[in-house]
Amino acid sequence: MEIVRKAEGPLTKPYAFFLGCMIPNRYPGIELAMRNIAPALDIELRDMEGASCCPAPGVFKSFDKTTWLALAARNLVIAESMGCDILTLCSGCYGTLKEANEILKADPDQKEKVNQILKEFEKEFHGTIQVRHVAEVLALDYGPEKLRSMVKKPLPMKAAVHYGCHLLRPSKYREIKSPERPRFLDDMVEALGAKSIPYRDKNMCCGAGGGVRTASLDVSLDMAREKLQNIKEAGADLIVTPCGFCVFQFDRGQIEIRDKFGVEFNIPVLHYVQFLGLALGLPPDKVGLQNNAVSTEPVISKI
Amino acid sequence: MAETPKKPLKLDELDKGFAEEVAKAGGEKINLCIQCGTCTASCPSGRRTAFRTRQIIRKAMLGCKEPVLADKDLWLCTTCYTCLERCPRGVDPTDVILAIRNTAVKSGHMLDRHRQVASMVMKSGHAVPIDEANRKTRVAMGLNEVPPTTHKSPEALKEVQEITKKTGFDKLVHHEWK
Repeated sequence: MEIVRKAEGPLTKPYAFFLGCMIPNRYPGIELAMRNIAPALDIELRDMEGASCCPAPGVFKSFDKTTWLALAARNLVIAESMGCDILTLCSGCYGTLKEANEILKADPDQKEKVNQILKEFEKEFHGTIQVRHVAEVLALDYGPEKLRSMVKKPLPMKAAVHYGCHLLRPSKYREIKSPERPRFLDDMVEALGAKSIPYRDKNMCCGAGGGVRTASLDVSLDMAREKLQNIKEAGADLIVTPCGFCVFQFDRGQIEIRDKFGVEFNIPVLHYVQFLGLALGLPPDKVGLQNNAVSTEPVISKI
Repeated sequence: MAETPKKPLKLDELDKGFAEEVAKAGGEKINLCIQCGTCTASCPSGRRTAFRTRQIIRKAMLGCKEPVLADKDLWLCTTCYTCLERCPRGVDPTDVILAIRNTAVKSGHMLDRHRQVASMVMKSGHAVPIDEANRKTRVAMGLNEVPPTTHKSPEALKEVQEITKKTGFDKLVHHEWK
C-alpha cells in the first residue's frame, strides 16, 4: 500500500534547489523546465551557491562511505544555512542526500565524525532540513487532482512511466513506501491527460546506476535495450521519468545502442517536470526539449 | 575450450575475519544470510552477467577474501536495491555489496573508469562537469552559462578538495593534484 499523506501547511515555500551534475551539465532543459514551472506551482527556487556533486552514489558510496557522507553533508549544510528543504530532480542525488541526511540525523557518532571534518570550513551539520524529490513533493503535497486542475493543454498520448530505482528504494529511507508496484507517478502522468501504459518489467532498473554505466557500458546499455524493447512493444509514444540520470541513459543511450547493437527505437524521453510543463501550457522551448538526442517532435506534434 | 577445473577451497587460505570486516564496513547483517537466493533471482544485472549476489555473500561468509575483492563482477551491481527490499532475512544485500566494494577499494581493487570519475569530482566538484557544448546550450536556453555550483565558485571547489584530502580519498584513488 502506498502511503499518501495530505499536504501540511501552505504549498508556497522556498526550496534550496539542488542541481547535481547530469541535469545542469548535460540536460539543462530539465533545469529550465523546473525553473519555468515553479511559479505555477507557487514554488520558490533558491540556488545553492557552491553546491557540488551529491556525490554520486555509484562511485563515492561504493568507494568510501566516509567521503561520501562528508561531501553530502557539505551540500546539506548549504541548504541548512539557507533555512530551506532541498528540492532535487534526480533520483541519484535524492538517494545520496536523503540517505546521508537520515544517517547523520540518527547516528551521533557519524555526525560527530563528519562535523570534525567540516569544522575547518566553519560548517556544521545540524539536521534541520528535509531532502525532497520533485516527484515526492508533487505526489504528497499536491496530488494528481490538484495537478489535473492546473492542466491547460492535456497531453493525449501513451506514456511509458519509468520510476527509477532510487526514487523508491531503499524504502526505509523513502517517504513513499512503495518499492515494488508504485502508482503515484502513473497517477500524476494520467492527471495530465496521458495514458500510462503497462509494459513488461516496468520496474526494472535502467542500468545506469552503481557505476555500471561508467565502467561496463555494454552491460548497462543491454539493460536499457531490454527496457526500450518492452516499451516499444507496448506501443508507447514516449518515456516519462523523474530522474536526470535515467533520462540520460534512455535518451543518449538510444544513440549508443543504435551504434553498438544496431537497434533503433526512436522513443522520445522526457523528465516529468518537462511533461508537466507542457501540460501547464508552456511552449516546448520553455521546457527545454530542443536538445534531446532522440527527437521530441513526435510528442510536440500530438499536443 | 576446456573448462577451468574447480579447485577445492583450502582452509588455510580462508580469512575467517572477512565477514566481520564486511559487517564493520556497512554490511552489518551479512551473517543473517541463509543462502535462499532471492537476491540473485531479483537481480537485473545477474540476468545477463555472471554477477551473483548470493554467491558473493556465501564466499564472503566463508572467508574467501581475495577472490571476492579482486573479482571485477563485484562492480556489476547497479544498486537498484530490489534484493534489499525482497530479502526475507533482512540482510540488506545491496549494503553488503557496497561494503565489500569499500573493502575492495581499500585493498587497491578499483576500476580505472571509476577512478577517473572520482578524480573528476576532485578537479571540478562534479562527476560530470560542464563542457563547451552545454555551456552554449545553457546560454541558448536563457540559463546562466555555468550553473551556480562549484563551477561558479573556486572557494567552494577548494572546500570539496580539502574534504577529500582530509578523508584521504585523494590518496585512496591515487589522485594527482596539479
